[in-house]
Amino acid sequence: MYVYDEFDRTFIAERAEQFRDQVARRLSGELTEDEFKPLRLMNGVYLQLHAYMLRVAIPYGTLSSTQLRKIAEVGRVYDKGYGHFTTRQNIQFNWIKLSDMPDVLESLAEAGLHAIQTSGNCIRNITTDQWAGVAPDEIEDPRFWAEVLRQWSSLHPEFTFLPRKFKIAIAATPHDRAAIKVHDIGLRLVRNDAGEVGFEVLVGGGLGRSPFLGKFLRDFVPREHLISYLEAILRTYNAHGRRDNIYKARIKILVHEIGVEKLKADVEKEWERIRDGYLKLDDAFLADIRSRFVYPEYEPLEDAPEELKRALAADARFATWHANSVARHREPGYGIVTVSLKPIGKPPGDATSGQLDALADLADTYSAGEIRVGHEQNLALPHVRQKDLYALWRKLDAAGLATPNVNLISDMITCPGLDYCSLANARSIPIATAIAERFADLDKARSVGRLHVNISGCINACGHHHVGHIGILGVEKNDREFYQITLGGKADEDARFGDLLGPAIPYDEVTDTIERIVNRYLDLRQSESELFIDTVKRLGVEPFKEALHAVH
Amino acid sequence: MPYIKKGEVADDPYVRLGGDEPVPTDVPAIVSLEWLLAQAPQSLDSRNVPLGVALPNDKAESLLEPYLPRLSLVALDFPIYRDGRAFTQARRLREAYGFTGEIRASGDVLRDQFLFMVRSGFDAFEVRKDHDAKAFAKALREFSGFYQPSLARDGGFRFRFSPPFSTASKEGESDG
Repeated sequence: MYVYDEFDRTFIAERAEQFRDQVARRLSGELTEDEFKPLRLMNGVYLQLHAYMLRVAIPYGTLSSTQLRKIAEVGRVYDKGYGHFTTRQNIQFNWIKLSDMPDVLESLAEAGLHAIQTSGNCIRNITTDQWAGVAPDEIEDPRFWAEVLRQWSSLHPEFTFLPRKFKIAIAATPHDRAAIKVHDIGLRLVRNDAGEVGFEVLVGGGLGRSPFLGKFLRDFVPREHLISYLEAILRTYNAHGRRDNIYKARIKILVHEIGVEKLKADVEKEWERIRDGYLKLDDAFLADIRSRFVYPEYEPLEDAPEELKRALAADARFATWHANSVARHREPGYGIVTVSLKPIGKPPGDATSGQLDALADLADTYSAGEIRVGHEQNLALPHVRQKDLYALWRKLDAAGLATPNVNLISDMITCPGLDYCSLANARSIPIATAIAERFADLDKARSVGRLHVNISGCINACGHHHVGHIGILGVEKNDREFYQITLGGKADEDARFGDLLGPAIPYDEVTDTIERIVNRYLDLRQSESELFIDTVKRLGVEPFKEALHAVH
Repeated sequence: MPYIKKGEVADDPYVRLGGDEPVPTDVPAIVSLEWLLAQAPQSLDSRNVPLGVALPNDKAESLLEPYLPRLSLVALDFPIYRDGRAFTQARRLREAYGFTGEIRASGDVLRDQFLFMVRSGFDAFEVRKDHDAKAFAKALREFSGFYQPSLARDGGFRFRFSPPFSTASKEGESDG
């Protein structure tokens, strides 16, 4: 956990107070809605179909149990008793009144939570691996760097009115769990030949209506120069990014139009000027931030203790969940538990206040009071002793939080879609629940194996459909909801976009079509160990097209 | 339109000229970029009242480089307040070119930008609304400290880490 000091707490409280004043000026008419809009957006407040929506940051996906209880409280007191976790380590509340917003933010600030830069044309919440600090193979804890960037980007004087939003993600392991190739800037912690830690920098990735993978900008930025290098990129983008067309304003379009070599030349020139100036990070600064990350005192334990072995042998349901939801921890005798927020029949990524309170209690008992949030819209308990796993599982199961479907077809990434969102063309959540119900038989889902289905209700791609093994995109045709299907997308270190299967299909046909695609895969795969994504890679989309023919 | 200088509403000593007007030699004037670029820099040496230029936000501040020692003011534009290019122009004028004259914000200048502007190097403001101008001092006091170091120390801001990006100069700050 990062422990906020007096400076951080004061800053968050003052930001909440500033927003209270801005809301008061809006409600009194002093600010027009046009003037207020950018102000509310840079504090996470959207106007949605039915109400205002508040998006609260969960910086680098780490929450204390106290913070989780605060989130549960906000859901209970100001919303309808639940919240929705997004793909960027945020949580959204859909039913908060504008006049309540200042009190909500003040209440959140008491627990060190805020909505700073969760929207707007500024540097957004910095995201990283939900297993940061506990993954066995990371260079170092990327949350430390995400915190450096949180501080650097919070109310940045120069970069708060950018051409468009700006998303930065950091990965620290060879396997990328932070989707860095589809961010405006993707940072990968690396070690150079001399053993020094630095960053490989990608730029111009993103989804939306013009998807691009991040392009390679620099193979190694020494860690002390991280801030100056990012300032050079942001300064170039702020000056030259397009402002004439909102759909062409992201840095990916600038990179596409001027070329990565030209961007690199501009960035390097500016960096050369500033790199040894006052933005150079010194050891004392880094040590200060590092000292605020507190790790649990791990007990000396062995992997696979007797208690665990006995429980696995005695309880098949537990064994199923264990095989699906527990990952290896860097410390022997511990495990990382993923808590699926994709129970069959419920909106993906939603959690009730009651569930969040239950999880907070379980985190206190079993996970050093810590909870993680990942971009797949699931939660994790990062420090669980293996000998406690059985007891934890029984309590998760009782709270409806032990669906053993992590990485299976029913573990879908889904945007809120037309049920909530003013941008959407089509519904997402009912599509997700219908597919999950079709594969509710977990033996069937397990026989299919790892399969990521990502669903977006419009071209803005909040459900990351381009990078789903199966991507589903809602579009509107003659006032009806249609869905385009793509196959073969990935968001990890080998990221690629899916290929279009064929013409869009109507709402009622989606579930049957997905089932036919899955059945086709089961026929085509060379062995049970060949994943869906690998079959698509081997054969392309052509042999799957017959799944559409039943429709057309 | 209220004009703020040194944190207070003041009288604007400059006349702002359009493209074709003759440039007076006896009063401070803000000229267009086109007019300025048509002059040889040395030809401005004989002028003995202050001269400023209005730099559009899609023009590089590097165009001004040969003129900067002879300029007392650069006016930067916010055509709409969401368009933040002038923040970068101001910062580069201060930090890359060491410009010490007035950097004036003009256009869609509203209260909620004041803090960002001051911290980016602006020190004068043509404010659109009277009540925003009255709230200038209050707007600058909304935070007791900032994370980013900056060279714009005029506001007397407190930084989490002072420049250089270090803990070295935190003395006297309650950093619990």
